[in-house]
Amino acid sequence: MSDSHSPAVTPTNHAPAHADEHGHHDMHLKLYWGIGAALIALTGFTVFLSYIDFGSRSRNIVIALLVAAFKVSLVGAIFMHLKGEKPTITRFLYFTAFFVCGLFLLTLLAWTDPIFGTSHNTH
Amino acid sequence: MQIPHEVTARPDTGLYNAKLGIWLFLASEVMLFGGLFSGYIFLRLGAEPGYWPHGLLNVPVGTFNTAVLILSSVTVVLSWAALKMRKFAQYKFYMAITILCGILFLVVKLAYEYPQKFNHFGVFIKKESLEKYEPYLGNAFLKEHNLDPRYEITGHLLDAPKGSHYAEVAEKNAEHFEHELHAEGEHSAEGLAPIIRTDDPTDYVIQLDEVNAEPTSEDNERPHFWPKKLSMKTAVIHAEDLEISSPSMFIPRHSSYFAVYFTITGLHGAHVLAGVLVFLYFWGPGAKLYKTNPEHLANRVEVVGLFWHFVDLVWIFVFPLFYLL
Repeated sequence: MSDSHSPAVTPTNHAPAHADEHGHHDMHLKLYWGIGAALIALTGFTVFLSYIDFGSRSRNIVIALLVAAFKVSLVGAIFMHLKGEKPTITRFLYFTAFFVCGLFLLTLLAWTDPIFGTSHNTH
Repeated sequence: MQIPHEVTARPDTGLYNAKLGIWLFLASEVMLFGGLFSGYIFLRLGAEPGYWPHGLLNVPVGTFNTAVLILSSVTVVLSWAALKMRKFAQYKFYMAITILCGILFLVVKLAYEYPQKFNHFGVFIKKESLEKYEPYLGNAFLKEHNLDPRYEITGHLLDAPKGSHYAEVAEKNAEHFEHELHAEGEHSAEGLAPIIRTDDPTDYVIQLDEVNAEPTSEDNERPHFWPKKLSMKTAVIHAEDLEISSPSMFIPRHSSYFAVYFTITGLHGAHVLAGVLVFLYFWGPGAKLYKTNPEHLANRVEVVGLFWHFVDLVWIFVFPLFYLL
């Protein structure tokens, strides 16, 4: 039972963990607002792009998903602190990515085993 | 009993317990939503051209809700940072904003977006009968412009067949439409008032969406950002011309599109609700922990924040895939 936290109110646990914590967090606050603004701007950009004809709908979808992937990477890296996160978490995410890709591939396997008479194999 | 590493990190992993736990949970959530999105891909790729609807959702409202969710992601991380800096008042303030954003998102979804869909009606016309409804579908025009065919006629139901469970809704819509007609003093192009009710007890009467009222207008080729008002034109649809069991409000049984839309957004909404409930706890009674162990409260807020960012992340994919494309 080596947890060092104390259940009592002490001046120490009400003070920021490090001496430079204030400056450190103030800098981060600006970053969080900046990322939020960027995400909203990118949402507007996605809407704008969806009304441009890139030649085919699938191209539009790929472009929208690329913007979405970029937005997701911002949320992950900054808001979820994955930038500089411990390797244990990163390892979890590699496994997750691997298995979710497997899941998508399983769905696509259904295309190799069509049920005759259903709409998706009439084309 | 004191549980080790509840607040301080375990030296070898550098993680406190809850952080390890939430990431494992989020990994399982990725699989849950991954399964549904893979269902979406399957249904969408399997849909014949013309059977995957476009422009049926309200894009400005969806954009607004996306911004609300992003704002709440910023405020939840700020509330955590406030706790780290031991600024309790600031924590309460940012947490309150996060809760309000979550509630606003749900209200828009449940009190505005969903009910609008529940009162919007559509019928898919049988391929053999398409010619009869060409004035509402404009398929010759679409073919000329190399666009997907149109099989569906949508709008507000004004007259439902006898015994239909939509009869009550239709009656209300018809009254509203009559009122609108009266207010605008509008008549059809031939100078005749549009048909609102028919004598045939099997027919449907629909107040048409603009896209079916003017199907050959270039303006209606692609969906617009601002949704168009319903036209003042109506159409009578005969039951024998419809695909079996196709007449439906925009509810899950309407189409694969709405089935997967309501499943994913419904599950996502349940996550938003869960997040709001946990936030309410940490804003209210749970905030007492600050007095005894502020670092522990900061950790708890960080963990629920991670969940909240994941909910935001799912929405980042939902928005373009359902609303825009």
